[in-house]
Order: sequence, then structure tokens, then C-alpha cells
Amino acid sequence: MTVDTRGPIGASTMERVWWREERFRFWAFQIGAVALVAAVLGYLWHNAVVNMERQGIASGLGFLDRESGFEISTTLISYTPANSYGRALLVGLLNTLLVSAIGSVFTTIFGVLLGVARLSSNWLLRQVTRWYVEVFRNTPLLLQLVVWWDLLRISAPGPRQALQILPNIYVSNRGLAFPVAEWHEVYLWMFAAMLVGILATIWVARWARHRQEQTGEQFHTILAGVGLVILLPLAVFLVAGAPLDLDKPALAGFNFKGGTVISPEFAALLFGLIANTSAFVAEIVRSGIQAVSWGQTEAAGALGLRQGQVLRLVVLPQAIRVIIPPMTSEYLSLTKNSSLAVAIGFADFMSIANTELNQTGQAVEVITIAMAVYLTISLLISASMNVYNRYMALVER
Amino acid sequence: MAVQESAKPQTAGQPMIELRNVNKWYGDFHVLKDINIGVRKGERVVVCGPSGSGKSTMIRCINRLEEHQKGQIFVDGIELTGDVKHVEAIRREVGMVFQQFNLFPHLTVLQNLTLAPIWVRKMPKKDAEELAMQLLARVKIPEQANKYPGQLSGGQQQRVAIARSLCMKPEVMLFDEPTSALDPEMIKEVLDVMVGLAQEGMTMICVTHEMGFARTVADSMIFMDQGQVVEVAPPKEFFANPKSERTKLFLSQILSH
Amino acid sequence: MTDITHDTTDLIEPRRGIVEKGWEWARANLFNSIFNSILTLLITGFIVWLAVPLFNWAVLDATYSAPNDAACKARGGACWAFIADWYKFLLFGRFPEVSRWRPALVILIFVAMMLLSSQARLKGKHLLTMWAGGVVISVALMFGGFLGMPYVETELWNGVPLNLLLTVGGCGLAFPVAIFAALGRRSRMPAIRWLSIAYIELIRGVPLITVLFMATVMVPLFLPTGMTIAKLWRAEVAFTLFFGAYLAEAIRGGLQVIPRGQYEAADALGLGYWRKTWLVILPQALSISIPSLVNTSISAFKDTVLITVVGIFDVLGDVNNAMNAPEWRSAYWEGYSFVALLFFAVCFYMSRYSQRLERSLSRARPGRR
Repeated sequence: MTVDTRGPIGASTMERVWWREERFRFWAFQIGAVALVAAVLGYLWHNAVVNMERQGIASGLGFLDRESGFEISTTLISYTPANSYGRALLVGLLNTLLVSAIGSVFTTIFGVLLGVARLSSNWLLRQVTRWYVEVFRNTPLLLQLVVWWDLLRISAPGPRQALQILPNIYVSNRGLAFPVAEWHEVYLWMFAAMLVGILATIWVARWARHRQEQTGEQFHTILAGVGLVILLPLAVFLVAGAPLDLDKPALAGFNFKGGTVISPEFAALLFGLIANTSAFVAEIVRSGIQAVSWGQTEAAGALGLRQGQVLRLVVLPQAIRVIIPPMTSEYLSLTKNSSLAVAIGFADFMSIANTELNQTGQAVEVITIAMAVYLTISLLISASMNVYNRYMALVER
Repeated sequence: MAVQESAKPQTAGQPMIELRNVNKWYGDFHVLKDINIGVRKGERVVVCGPSGSGKSTMIRCINRLEEHQKGQIFVDGIELTGDVKHVEAIRREVGMVFQQFNLFPHLTVLQNLTLAPIWVRKMPKKDAEELAMQLLARVKIPEQANKYPGQLSGGQQQRVAIARSLCMKPEVMLFDEPTSALDPEMIKEVLDVMVGLAQEGMTMICVTHEMGFARTVADSMIFMDQGQVVEVAPPKEFFANPKSERTKLFLSQILSH
Repeated sequence: MTDITHDTTDLIEPRRGIVEKGWEWARANLFNSIFNSILTLLITGFIVWLAVPLFNWAVLDATYSAPNDAACKARGGACWAFIADWYKFLLFGRFPEVSRWRPALVILIFVAMMLLSSQARLKGKHLLTMWAGGVVISVALMFGGFLGMPYVETELWNGVPLNLLLTVGGCGLAFPVAIFAALGRRSRMPAIRWLSIAYIELIRGVPLITVLFMATVMVPLFLPTGMTIAKLWRAEVAFTLFFGAYLAEAIRGGLQVIPRGQYEAADALGLGYWRKTWLVILPQALSISIPSLVNTSISAFKDTVLITVVGIFDVLGDVNNAMNAPEWRSAYWEGYSFVALLFFAVCFYMSRYSQRLERSLSRARPGRR
């Protein structure tokens, strides 16, 4: 054993230096990083201000109140070229939301069908869906949109030779024309009846579950629910005398009059997004179902459950948990991809922002607004997903 | 609590490792309560106790893998503080062997051993490799030098882990339940290495359940329970005449097979 | 941009020991129930209804060489003559004809690198140097200005080499950005963490188009007065920022899997933060994230066509340009098929490679407890 010759107890042989302390470094590094970022951004900002002045570009958001002067073909709210730039942006935003909403709904339906079809016992169906998915996933979306657009705009026949794909629904190179029902008071009552039907279904489900717990007898809640939600409004409709005044599109001169016409651009964007995104959704659904291990299905079958029950009670609940997060990602993707409308001439938010950018030259403001809007939509969708995730986790307890 | 002396004759000067009134909290949970321990150079200390007693936490505080909130820790005269240089110096002096081995899977055995000497002690590669081969021979697996950890058995991996720490020429070796994750037939080979180290005079603090090893090698047994040091005694006394009730209870539980 | 893996692992196959042939197989796979039988007939009918006219158009009635549009359309089929005439323009755009061998060589270099990456057993470091070297050589070839090769300005870099360079260059430059963002996101320092989160979530929340617009339109404003950058480099900045965020998320996935013990062992050995990260953590994280990284780059390749929207002509832009030539006004299906086939070939091949990687990586990790 060596003899220690260190200092008195309680003292260290190494000095403590304040600038090596962990806590100091913790704060210093962060402050330094933030300062650096702030400095860089500030420098860029300064350059922008100087450059904009020199080039005589106006700044500020005042332009939003100025008259826009351009037409928009698809509007959900009233709009004329005399309206402001701000209102034009709003029209565009509504269009984007419309496309995203309709697109998401149909993508989900089609994507789930495709995903389940991928696992079918029919070899032909499996192959067809597989190649559909491969083709749509391995080619750029922009290309697909352009193809749809050309299909509907150039390859489609003129209004006089329009294809009638269903009674009163016409496809031509002016767009998709279909009839619209005239508004009638009864529709409000029908909507109310549907709400009543939904509430009734919830009540019936509760009652049926209670009865099953008590007596073991099962009730066809799903069938009853479907019946209630569909039949009640239908009954109201019939009782009121079945009022249905269709405004049918009819060929008048060079174009269709009456009904509603969806422009080829809108239709192309919608079909293109749906076709593309559902390929991704199909893969998500397929891998979600496959993620539920085969052992689960075997065990459920061994317990005597029928195939439908196995699917409903064992496989789907587990598959859904795996499927929902990437699915939400796809909805986000679809919404962001709708901005490609700018390339095919549909008046969505991005297109209108682009037009305004070109007209006013106020690039910084317009692009910042555009990014802020899309960011907000994305964050809202993500936030709802987080809420859903937390809900699912709680329910697990 | 007063500092318990080891049964060895006193030498002048300070302990190699010293914990004074060390306290640690995880949030509200008081995991280390007024720990006072001194370990002399060359001393072999075995720390035992029920799970949750804080023994692993205590030795992990020594090389700053965990941070203590109150009290002082000294290693070879250097105080363990927030000063980064202190921490680095201490980590060079202290080697640690983990329950889960923690070998780097993307490097060969030889590379695992030479990594720290090259990058921390700034050794030239050839010297580091020579040292590594010597230590591999010492733990009796020189032929595995170019294999990947995934290709070795648990016992071999742990011996490599010991060799890796030894490559840094530490003054103190800390062992955190080194054999708990091993299959029974491999425990002996690792314990043999540790006994060999002890015989060469390495200062060791060992958290373990291997009482046979403790009886052979330890100079001092420390029993911890619920965050406190309950009893410190040389192994003979410790096993034959435990003073505290808690120690007696613990010993009866683990020695009953 | 989507982040999911292209996983097409084996589908549910009927569990049987014998391999059926011919009629047996058809009965088991196509006609094994009334529903399936009807379905098979319907699908076959649909395929025939679709495929026969398509085949006629694409092969039987197609014209392989003709002087102009009208003559080509005469037979009513596909006008491959258009491709035969214009393929050089579709591939290389307005790159000076005399130097066209250079972009052609660039394409060959990339094809070679892709094949080598997927077939040969190249180790990480070598793979990286090969790609880095390939990109540098390609950029040099495109620029010219040395060894007797005339200088070609970036405006004229068109077509397929542009897509390739944007993808690999963009992802390559984005890689360090992604690593820092991923590490930053896991930092214990709140300011660093929030800066990383802000960057990643901002980019992932907006469409690529907005980032491209921002770069091409706003960057000139942000630069000191008088300084300009060619549009191509502005677009490259956009792609780098964009791909960086997505690559960061892929790397973060890999970082999350590494057990805490690795960090502790490195700490115990005395390795500082940067040494520990560079020598121990990143090699493991990157190797785990490789399938994700490859998938992100496949998406990146498809995304590069958006550069058409900001007025730079890649292969899609070239097709649009070519179709403006009066003689070939209606040859768009042929042009689009060309582009579609090109992308399909590359993306399909790379996604199969990525699936293989994923399978081999999940097998090759024994001994991990």
C-alpha cells in the first residue's frame, strides 16, 4: 500500500472552474445556438427589407384588401373579380379543404377495399390489386395528375358527343355534369330523421349489449343500426310525397345547362389524388392486418368463433391500432399534395396564392401566408390524431 | 452514520473512493440516504442487498452515470462535481462492468477494446492493439479478437467487457451485478477473472449476489437496504455474526439454498 | 412525401404441402367459391376489355417511324416514332448536342452505382465514397470547362440527369442536416430540442411546392444586394431543406432503438458526447435506419419532378416542351408512358432492394438481448 500524500479531507486536488461546469455549458450552449439562429435570420430579414425597398416591392398585408381582378372558376362561396385578394384566398382555401375532405373519404373507402383485396383468396384479384398498387406508388404523383387532366380535358369527347356514364351524368372535355336536387324543406326533416336514427342505434346497441350480458342472447345491432339510419329518413321522404326535383344537365348549344358541372381540373385532381393515395392506404391496411399474428386467428378459431366474428372481435381491433397512425399520415399527405393543383390549373389555395404572388410581387408575404395555412391544417390533423391515440391508450387500461 | 473501518491495518492518508453524506432523489423518491463509505486503494468491497436498495445507483454515482444531489464524492482525491474536466478525469480512472455487458455490436472485439485507449488516452493504434491482445490473453480469449460480440457466448462477452475496461488502465473497477445476466455454467469463468484481478491488487467495488465470491475475495462487505448503508463488516464477521436484523433477514433469504 | 416502408412480404398463401398444377391450382386459387368464381370471370373480362385495345394501340397499330404527327396517327396506334425521334431531347433537354455524351455518361454512372449498391457487397464507408465520388464527377461533367469540354450553364442541365443529380445531391447535402436535426431533437437542452422540432415539423407540415417557391422566389431577396444564385441551386437548397426533415425522422427512428446501455458504456469509458455519438451511436443508428433512408430517397426521386413547376426542365418538363413542337402535338401518351416507365423501373427496383435490405438486416442481428 502506498502512503497517500493528498491534501486535508474535504478538499479536491483538482480545481473547479466555472466555465467547465455542466450547468454553465448547458445554458451557454443553448443561448449561443439561439443567438446564432437569431443572428442569421435577422441578417436574412435585413437583406430582404433592403432588397424589397430597392426593387419597389410593397410590403405588408395591405394588398389583401385590394381588388383581385381575376376570375375563379370553382367557388364554394360567392366571388367576383371585384372582391379582394383576401377573399380570393379564402375561396382557394375552401376549395383545398373540399378536395381534401372528399378525397380523404373516398381514399379511405377505396384504399381499405384494395388492402383487403390484396389478401383475398382469389389469386387474380391479388395480382390485379398488387400491380395497381405498384404502378401508382412507383410513379410520380405530378405525372399521374397530368395524365388524368389530359384524359379528362383532351381525350374526353366534346359536349356534343359527351359520354353518358349513368343516367343524367355526362363526361365531356368541359367537365363532369350531374344533376342536382332542388332544395326542399323535406331534406331538413330527413337530416333530422337520420340524426334520430343514429341516436336510436346507439340506444339499441346499449340495450342489446345489456341483454346479451344478462341472457346471453345476441342481437343484430349492426343490421338494426343500418336500417334505422337509412329507413327513417327514407320514411320521412316517402310520407312527404317523395319530392325530388332534379335540375338535369341538358345540352344547350355548345355546353351543358342545368345541374352542376365539375371542371376537368377539379375532377382530375380529385381522381388523381384518390387513385394515388389509396394505393398507399392499401399497403397500410394490408400490413396492418398482417401485423396481427396468425396465431391470433388460430386461437380465435380454436375457441369456436366463426370467421366473421374472428375478424370483428379479434383481428380488426388490433389491426386498427396499427393502421390509424400511418393512415393519418396519408390524409396529411393528401392535403399537402392537393397543392399540386397549381400545375394543372385548378383554383385551389396554392394556385390562387401563386396568381397573387405574380400579380403583386409580394413574394415574402404570400408564401409565408401559404406556408402558415398549410402548417395549421397539418398541425390540426396531427393534433386530432394525438387525441385519438391517447383515447385509444386510455381505453386499453 | 460513522465511517466503518475495514479490518485491514490503517494506512495514512485518504481513501481511494470516498462518499460523504451522499443523498439522491428520483423526484420524490429518496433513493440514497446519507451514504458514507470509504474504500482504500487495493481494497475489495462487495455491496449486497435486496433489489431496490440503491446499491447499483450508488456505484453508478461514482462515475457520474447518475448524479447525486447532496453530499460529496471523491475519487483519487478529485471531487466529482459538475465540472466536466473532473468527470472526464474520474471516468479515466474508474472502469465499469455492466450487467448487460454493453459491448458495441458494430465493432469487433479488438475494436471494442482499442476504442477508448485510442480516442481518450490518445494511444497510437499499434500500442492500443498490443495492450488489447495482452488483456484478451489475460481473460483467456485471445482467439476471439476479430469476432463480433454477437458471435460470442454471454460469458465470453462479459470477459471482453472486463478486458475493455482494463484497457484504460483504471485505478478502480466497478462491477454492477456482472454475472446476473449469465447462464449458470458461465458464471465461474467470469468470477475467475475477477478473482484474478483481486489477487493482483485492483481496487474493486462489486455489487453482486455471488456470496461464494464475496467470501473468497472481499475485504469488506457492505449491506444496503432501502437506500441506507445498514452494515459494514469483513466477510467472516458479516456472515457469521450479522449485527442488524435486516442483514440477518437478507442473509437467511439468499443463503437458504 | 410518404414515409411508410414499401413492404410486400409474402401474402397469405393457402397452407398446403403439395404444389398444385394446372387445373388443380386454378380450382384452388381462382374458383374456390362461388363468389370467387364470379369475381375471377369479372376481372378476366375487365382485363380483356382493357388490355386488348391497349395492346392494339401500343403494339399492333403502332408506328415506329414516321416523319410527322399526321402520318404517325394515320394507323391510329401509338406513335413510338415520336420517342424514336425525340428521345435524346426527352433524356437530355437542351444540353448542347455536341456534348450530349456527358449527360449520357452521368446517367450511366448513376445506373452503375445503383446496381453496385444493390448487388455487390460493399461496406458502408466504401458505398458512401462511391456515391460521393459519383456525384462530384457527375457535377463536374455537367459543368465542363476543363479538359477541352465546353462549359455548360446550369440553365441547360435538363432531363434525366437533372432528376438524378437533384435526388442524390439533395439527399447527400441533406444528410448532415438530418443528422444534426435528429440528434438535436433528442437533446436534453430544451432550446436545441425546440429548434430541431420547429425545423422538422415546419418542413413536414408544408407541401414541397411551397418550399420550392420559397427558395426560388424568396432566396434572391434574402441574399445581399447584387448577389445572385442560379435557379438550379436555389431549387437544390429547397430540396436539401425538405429532404433533410424527412431523413431526420428516419434517423431518429434508428436512434430510438439503441439501448441506453450503449450510451452508458461509452460514457463509462470516458468518451465525450461527440466522440460517443460519432463512434458508437451513429454507426448503429444509421445501419438500423437504412431501409427507411432508402425509402425516403425513393420518394425524393419522385418528388424531383416538381421542379417543372418552378420552371426548370427535368424529364417531365422536357416531355411537355417536346409536345409543344407542332409536329408532335398529340403524342402525349407516348411521352408520358416514357416518363412513367422510367420512374417505374427505377423506383420499383429500388423498393425491392429496400425490402431485401430490411429482411437481411432484421436477420443479421443475433446476440442482441
